[in-house]
Amino acid sequence: MTALASAKDTGTVEQTTSASPKRVIDIDNLSLTFETNDGPVHALADIDLKIDEGDFVSFIGPSGCGKTTLLRVIADLERPTAGSITVNGVSPEEARLNRAYGYVFQAAALYPWRTIAKNVALPLEIMGLPKAEQQDRIARNMDLVNLSGFEKKFPWQLSGGMQQRASIARALAVEPDLLLMDEPFGALDEIVRDHLNEQLLQLWAKTNKTVVFVTHSIPEAVFLSSKIVVLCPRPGRIYDVIDSDLPRERNLDIRETPEFLKIAHRVRDGLRAGHSYED
Amino acid sequence: MTDVSLPTTRSSNPFAGLMSGTVGPVVVVVSAILAIWYMAAVALNTPFQQEIYERASQTDVPLSQLVTDTLAQERPVLPAPHQVVVEIWNTTVEKKITSKRSLIFHSGITLSSTLLGFLIGTTLGILLAIGIVHSRVLDKSLMPWIISSQTIPILAIAPMIIVVLNAVGISGLLPKALISTYLSFFPVAVGMVKGLRSPEVIHMDLVHTYSASRVQAFWKLRLPYAVPFLFTSMKIGMAASLVGAIVGELPTGAVAGLGARLLAGSYYGQTIQIWSALLMAAFLAGSLVALIGVLEKQTLKRMGMAR
Amino acid sequence: MSIQTAAKRRIDMPALLAWFVVLMVIVGLFSPIFGPDYGVMDVPSLAVCLVILAIAGVRYELGFMRNLIGDLILGLVAATSAWLLVSTVSQHVGEAKLGFWALVVATWAASWLFVERLALWKSRSQSLARIVNLAIPAIFGITLLVLWQLVVTGAGVPKVLLPAPSEIWLRLINSVPTLWADFQQTFLKAVLAGYIIGCGSAFLIAILVDRVPFLRRGLLPIGNLVSALPIIGVAPIMVMWFGFDWPSKAAVVIIMTFFPMLVNTVAGLAASDAMQRDLMRTYASNYWQTLFKLRLPMAMPFIFNALKINSTLALIGAIVAEFFGTPIVGMGFRISTEVGRMNVDMVWAEIAVAALAGSLFYGAVALIERAVTFWHPSIRG
Repeated sequence: MTALASAKDTGTVEQTTSASPKRVIDIDNLSLTFETNDGPVHALADIDLKIDEGDFVSFIGPSGCGKTTLLRVIADLERPTAGSITVNGVSPEEARLNRAYGYVFQAAALYPWRTIAKNVALPLEIMGLPKAEQQDRIARNMDLVNLSGFEKKFPWQLSGGMQQRASIARALAVEPDLLLMDEPFGALDEIVRDHLNEQLLQLWAKTNKTVVFVTHSIPEAVFLSSKIVVLCPRPGRIYDVIDSDLPRERNLDIRETPEFLKIAHRVRDGLRAGHSYED
Repeated sequence: MTDVSLPTTRSSNPFAGLMSGTVGPVVVVVSAILAIWYMAAVALNTPFQQEIYERASQTDVPLSQLVTDTLAQERPVLPAPHQVVVEIWNTTVEKKITSKRSLIFHSGITLSSTLLGFLIGTTLGILLAIGIVHSRVLDKSLMPWIISSQTIPILAIAPMIIVVLNAVGISGLLPKALISTYLSFFPVAVGMVKGLRSPEVIHMDLVHTYSASRVQAFWKLRLPYAVPFLFTSMKIGMAASLVGAIVGELPTGAVAGLGARLLAGSYYGQTIQIWSALLMAAFLAGSLVALIGVLEKQTLKRMGMAR
Repeated sequence: MSIQTAAKRRIDMPALLAWFVVLMVIVGLFSPIFGPDYGVMDVPSLAVCLVILAIAGVRYELGFMRNLIGDLILGLVAATSAWLLVSTVSQHVGEAKLGFWALVVATWAASWLFVERLALWKSRSQSLARIVNLAIPAIFGITLLVLWQLVVTGAGVPKVLLPAPSEIWLRLINSVPTLWADFQQTFLKAVLAGYIIGCGSAFLIAILVDRVPFLRRGLLPIGNLVSALPIIGVAPIMVMWFGFDWPSKAAVVIIMTFFPMLVNTVAGLAASDAMQRDLMRTYASNYWQTLFKLRLPMAMPFIFNALKINSTLALIGAIVAEFFGTPIVGMGFRISTEVGRMNVDMVWAEIAVAALAGSLFYGAVALIERAVTFWHPSIRG
C-alpha cells in the first residue's frame, strides 16, 4: 500500500515541478503521531504535497483519514512530529504570525454578541488596522459574499447558509494568501450547498486566491477543485493526486458532462481502494 | 480491552505526573494556605504578646521565643492551625459524647436538624416541581415567587421564627429544621423543574405516540431524566440546609449546636473554640455533600447514566 | 408541549373550581359567620359578597359569558368580595366561624379560577401576553396577602405570633426614619462595599488563576469545596477583627461573595469552544486580545450567574453578621433587638424592607445581565 502511494507521489512531483506559478505550500515527508492512552495514533504518515499559487485544492477521504489534521498542520493548529512543511517559504507559525491564513470552519463560529459587520471586523481589530481601512474591507467583503444590507444583523438572526457566508467574508477580510476551508458547507442542505459552491467558484475567479478545501463529498470536490488530493486512513496518507482538466469557468451543469464523471470516477476508485475493509 | 500485558510507558517521571493532575497542585495550595495561616497568626498575635512582655518587664525576648509564645496564646486573635486541631481533638476524642463540652454532641444536634430540614425541603421541592411541570397556572403563578422568595434574606428572620415558635410552645428540633427546609427547598425545586423538563421534544413525542398517560410519561421519561439534576441540586440544598441549622441556633441563647458554639465563643472571646466549631462545620458540610456525591455515583451507575 | 396539555382525561380544573365556589357559598349561607348567632343576613355587606360569589360560580357553570369580558368580571367579583371580607372582619376580630371561612375559601377559589382563565388567554399581542405574565404572579401575591390578612384577623392570631399585613404596613410607614437609617448602615455601607470588593477581587484572581494552569488545578477544587461550606460562620471572627461597625460586615460579605464569583468566572473563561480559540489562533491573536474579544464575552453568562447568587448572599451575610455585634443601628441589629422586645410587627417591617432591597438588587443585576448578554439563547428566547 505504501509502495503504491509513494509511486503516485513521485508522479505528482514531476507534474508540479514543471508548473511555473509560485509555490505556496511545500510539504515534505511529513508525519504526525498523537500519543494517546491507547498508544500512538498515526494521524498522518509520509505526506508529500506541493500547492501552487491560485490552486483550488480539495482534500477528500473517509473520516479518520487525517484530511482535517493536514489542514490544521498547514494552519499551525497542529505541529508535525516528523518531516518539514513551509508556507510561502517560511514555517507555518511564521506564516500565521504574518496573517497568511483565512480559516473557515465547519460551523460559522460567529460571535453571537457581535453584529455581522462587527464579526467581519474581528480579525481586522486584532491586526490593528485603522478604522477607515476596516470599514472599507468590511463593505468590500460583505458585498463579495452577497451579504450587503445585513451588516447590523446578529448572527442568530440569519440562516445557516448566510452565517457561513459571513464567516467566509470574515476569512477574506484578512486578505490572506491562503483560504483554508474545513468542510465549510457540511452542515448545510444540498440546495444551499450547491448555491454556495457556485458562489465560491465565482469568488475564487474574482480573487484568484489559493484555496485548500476539505470535504467528504465527491461531487463537491470535483466541481470546485483544480487539484484533488485523495487521502486514506490508518495511517492517514495520500493515495492519489488528481489534476482536474475541467475549465476554470464552471457552472452546476458541468456535473452531467463525461469529463466531470470521469474525474469523479477516479476519485471514487481511489477512495474505495484506499479504504481498508479488514477492520 | 482485556489486554493487560501491555506495559504502560507513560509518565516516566512520576513527579511530573503528580503535578499535572489535581492532587499535586491541591496539596501545594493547601500547604501554602497553612504556611500563610501560621505567618498571619504570628503577625496578628504579636502586639498582644508584646504587651504581656512589657507587663512582665521582659525586654529582649529572642525571636524564637516570641514565635512559640504567639502560637500558644490562650485567646489569640488568630489561633494557629495546630491549636485548633488540638482543641478539636480534646473536644471530640477526649470527651464523652454526652458531655456538653463535646463537639460531637454539638455537631450531632446541628446534624439532626440539618437532616430533618433537608428531608422536608427536598420532599417539598420535588412536590412543587412536579406541580409546576404539570400545571400551567402553578408554573405561571408560583415560579416567580419561588425565585423571589430567595431574594428575601430568610436567614435574617431565622431568629424570629425560632423565638416566635418557642413562644407558642414549639421548640427543639423543628423550628431550626424549618429554616433549613426553607433554604433547601429552593435549589431542589428549581433543579427538579429543569430536570423534569429536560427530556427532548422527540422523546416526549415518542411517548405521546405510545399514547402514554401523564403518569406513565412521568415515571418512564421525566423522572429518569431529572435524576442527575436532583443530585446536583441536593448537594446545594444540603449545604444551604447546614447554614440554616447553624444560623437557627444563634438566637436560642447559645444552648447547643455548632451555631451556639460560635456565638458562645464570640461572647467570651474564645477564638480557638470559634475556629474549631467552624472547622467542624466545614467538615460536616464537606462530608454530607460527599455522601450525596457517592449516592449519586451509585444511582447513576445503576441507571446506566454514569460517565 | 401543547399536545401534552390536551392529553385525554384531563381534569377540568375551572369547572371543579366553579363548583367549589358554589358549594362554599351554600355552606356560608347556612352557618354562622361571626360568633354563635351572627348569620349572613345580619351582615349586609357579607350578604352582598355571598351573592356575587354565587353569581360568579353559577355563571361559569352555565357557560354564560365565557369570554374575555366574563373573565374580567370574574376578577372584579373576586376582588370585591375580598375587599368586603377584609373590611367586615376588621370589626369582628377573632370571631370568625365556619360561614366566614367558607366565604374566604370561596373567594380564594374564585381568584384561582380567574388566574386559571387568565392563563388560558390566547395572546393576541405581545404586550398583552407580557401584561398577563406579570399579572398572574402579582395576583398570586395579592391573594396570599389577603388570605394572610383574613386568617390572622379572622382567627384572632396574637400579634406576637404573626401580625396582619395591615399592621405591618402601618408600622412601616410610621418608622421610615429608623428603617432608612438601618438600610443605610447595612445595605448602602456593608453590602455594597463588600459586594463590590468581593466580586471585583474574585474576578481579578480568576483571571490570574486562569493564566496559571497550576493554580487553576490547585485552587478550583478548594474553591468548589469552600462554596459548599457554611462561610457565614466567620462572622464572629470578622466582628472580633474589624470591630462592631460596618467594615466587619463588609468583610463577611467579601468572603461570602468571593468563592462563587471565583468558581463561576474560571468556569466561564473555559467556556469558549476549541473552534473559536483556533479561529483566534489563525488570526495570530495575543493573550489579551483573545481574553477581551472572545473569552470574557463568552464568560459573561457565568459571571452574571455569580453576581445574581451573590446579590442575595451579600444581604444575608451582612444581616447575620450583625447578630454578632453592631452599633445600635442596622437591619440585623433591629431584627434581633425587636424580637427580644416582642415587637414582631417592627421585625416584619424590617424584613419587608430587606426583601424589597434584595429583590431590587437582584432585579437590577438581572436587568444589566439582559443588556450585556442579550445574545445568549436563554435571554433572546
